[in-house]
Amino acid sequence: MKSASIINISRRGLLAGMGASTFVLAVGLPGPGRAQDEEPEFGRDAMPNGWTDDPKVFIAIDEDGIVTITAHRSEMGQGVRTSIAMVVADELGADWENVRVDQAPGHEEKYGNQDTDGSRSLRHFFMPMRRAGAAARAMLERAAAERWGVDVSEVSAAGHAVVHAASDRSLGYGELAAAAMDLDVPARETLTLKDPSTFRYIGKSDIGLVDNMDITTGTTTYGIDVRRDGMLYAVVARPPVYGGRARSFDDSAALAIPGVEKVVAIDPVDFPTEFAPLGGVAVIATNTFLAIKGRNALEIEWEDGPNAGYDSETYRETLSNAANSSGGKVVRDQGDFDEGLAGAARTIEAEYYIPHLAQAPMEPPAAVVEIRDGKAEAWGCVQAPQVTRLRLAERLGLAKEDVTVNVTLLGGGFGRKSKPDFVLEAGILSQAMNGTPVKLTWTREDDIHHSYYHTVSVEKMTAGLDESGRPVAWLHRTAAPTIGSIFAPDPKQQLPFELGMGLLNMPLDIENVRAENPEAAAHVRIGWYRSVSNIPHAFAIQSFIAELADAAERDQKEYLLEVIGPARKVNPTDLGDVWNYGENPEIYAIDTGRLANVIEEAATGIEWGREMPEGSGLGIAGHYSFVSYVAVAAEVSVQDGIVTVPRVSIAIDCGAHVNPDRIRSQMEGAVIMGVGQALMTEVTFAEGRAQQDNFDTYLIPRMDRAPQRIDVHLVSSEGGYDQPLGGVGEPGLPPVAPAITNAVFAATGQRIRQLPIADQLRT
Amino acid sequence: MVNLVVNGVERRFDGDEETPLLWYLRDELGMTGTKFGCGISACGACTVHIDGYPSFACVTPVSTLEGAKVTTIEGLSEGGDHPVQVAWRELNVSQCGYCQAGQIMQAAALVDEYDTVTDEDIDSVMSANLCRCGTYPRIRAAIKRAVEMKS
Repeated sequence: MKSASIINISRRGLLAGMGASTFVLAVGLPGPGRAQDEEPEFGRDAMPNGWTDDPKVFIAIDEDGIVTITAHRSEMGQGVRTSIAMVVADELGADWENVRVDQAPGHEEKYGNQDTDGSRSLRHFFMPMRRAGAAARAMLERAAAERWGVDVSEVSAAGHAVVHAASDRSLGYGELAAAAMDLDVPARETLTLKDPSTFRYIGKSDIGLVDNMDITTGTTTYGIDVRRDGMLYAVVARPPVYGGRARSFDDSAALAIPGVEKVVAIDPVDFPTEFAPLGGVAVIATNTFLAIKGRNALEIEWEDGPNAGYDSETYRETLSNAANSSGGKVVRDQGDFDEGLAGAARTIEAEYYIPHLAQAPMEPPAAVVEIRDGKAEAWGCVQAPQVTRLRLAERLGLAKEDVTVNVTLLGGGFGRKSKPDFVLEAGILSQAMNGTPVKLTWTREDDIHHSYYHTVSVEKMTAGLDESGRPVAWLHRTAAPTIGSIFAPDPKQQLPFELGMGLLNMPLDIENVRAENPEAAAHVRIGWYRSVSNIPHAFAIQSFIAELADAAERDQKEYLLEVIGPARKVNPTDLGDVWNYGENPEIYAIDTGRLANVIEEAATGIEWGREMPEGSGLGIAGHYSFVSYVAVAAEVSVQDGIVTVPRVSIAIDCGAHVNPDRIRSQMEGAVIMGVGQALMTEVTFAEGRAQQDNFDTYLIPRMDRAPQRIDVHLVSSEGGYDQPLGGVGEPGLPPVAPAITNAVFAATGQRIRQLPIADQLRT
Repeated sequence: MVNLVVNGVERRFDGDEETPLLWYLRDELGMTGTKFGCGISACGACTVHIDGYPSFACVTPVSTLEGAKVTTIEGLSEGGDHPVQVAWRELNVSQCGYCQAGQIMQAAALVDEYDTVTDEDIDSVMSANLCRCGTYPRIRAAIKRAVEMKS
């Protein structure tokens, strides 16, 4: 099953291994398997299959003037279908009411990289999409000039038409489309991009969403909504423990149910499981309900395998022991921590625990596959259509060219749908039914029991403070199973991209800094979850700085700014972070001034420093992730041990604001997801089994726990559209939980070191 | 055999009597606007109106619906112009959009029934419906806007 594996975990071997494994590159490790003397590639250049700005790939214009823009990135709520169309249409000079959006299937050789993760879509495709629009505009202008027999410099495109002012003539885009699209695409360096002051859509908030009407009338198609003629419906009973298998099963009762067509065993796979189905027993029926009913009637004897003993309580002790022991791999070493600590006036220590989480998108994993004449066609809610295509082809024994992966809307993703295991299940079942279309649906229980979970971690922090209370020595030990464990046999060390998520690259102005990564084994599938390792790292660092502020009897915000230090640009490589979200460390140097600025903005937004009533308090946290800067200031109220978060102020600096309304909505959503992480959200395991089943036990915020007031501050930094863009989808999340728990401390004097708070404050 | 009306059309159901309305709508009638989220009435993604009342289609057997009038998101209004739908678009409430059919049906029942709604009313009623993207602030604002539009 495996086409690539990471066996040699040394850095050189790791990077080489990454080259063959596009899925890990999907989170943006630098450079696919290049020779040592080649120039390193960064950003969009370093992604599998890179990028294109060819207007003929992305833009089609009908004779009636309708412009169809193809979005090649998956829409999962971040608004990318609207944002990409805004950018192209603006440079094209198209009228918005004549713009339609089509969704590209998985085909990276044509469209460039399609892995919709890592908060990269606009960061990597803003400029290529602008150029595609500008090139198409130039082609329309040339077609008009040729039609009129005038020099192209005399015509100009705007408002869905090309005009020749001198003769007061005008031709609509529809009239020019055929001739324009026959022309060669002009050379990149000849293109004239619009002056940002003339943007009609970019940076504006009055566009709406391209899918607004369909969503509000129920006519969208998500993966779970796809229908094909003659389609059957399936669910799978999977081994309750990761790595288990069905020893035997009795399907006679299931098959006796009218409408149950077939029971199919799906082979388990060996570790590492990567994106392969977990195996189990599938029931195929004439509708979803009957498939579920059939599954309930199966009698299966499971063999649990090596993870049968996985238990969250005892594993926490294992992680804690690792995090409290010296000798872990040193991943950053600056100055001399031991000497710094020896000379400190006092030592402060704290240990933090951050639990497993399940992405739990509201649309569970679901896909349809049919196979006809040796060709497979899939429809699915996938974040990574190209990887889906490759793995589906391998599993079905087909050539990649004979597999089509259509991307539906995604009912949420959050990283879960970067892994196409569910599409492969649908393919296996269609194959078992001689190619009949099969819709495979995960129930919510399936989703909570068999997620690619966010890791679990213990973060141990130690600091030495001088007489004035300033930290002079800082040690951060992180013990957490790695996402690499789904790709390699049994790695126990975090990968550079995980360490680069807020651990190595927190730019604190402290002389002696050491970071260590002791070993931790994985016992469940670990996967990306919105903002990934930034969650534990930001929680530990931002909580600990607040603890130090308290020890130093200082205002938390002032102390945080002091520890960040003066405004300066820090090369992440100098901090031991060779990854930097895949971006060039010089172009994307960490700017502590921008970090300080968002902290000030968030603080101003919450009216930092005001008198708070008994049981209420304010807290703050700031974090750099996905090459953006976000700070959160939260107000909490604690009554009878119940925490409510009435008000949150969140500030982001992500460079220019291409689609301001969607930046705001991402920040609002991040705050609410973060409230969940702080207060209630957690997956625990006992006897290898997830102990939560559904939304009755896996808790995410309902409206009554959402802040009554969320103020989003979009910070404009210098440079405007010339400045490289930062990410938006993920960076809002990491500072939310520590801002809330810091506020809880201000309100109650009780320090939260374990997430979620749950009933820790109840007496 | 059960006779019911779905979005104004008479339907006759004679399948497995435990079949929840949700899967009848989605798989048998091909009306996929009503969403599956949990199957245990914990998330509200499947909210429809049964005789005018918001109900969870995932736990309502079709066999209990003799003579009932069911309205789904597809039948809430002609042309998507219920004040709640209009307000949803005006404020760009949706992110991924998956839960929004259920949210809109829940909100529409509230807005149709009352001429004024308080913040507490909204939070209390709408807490039946989960949104993982976190669109709650805009849902609150959109319901208030829909109430305004209605009056």
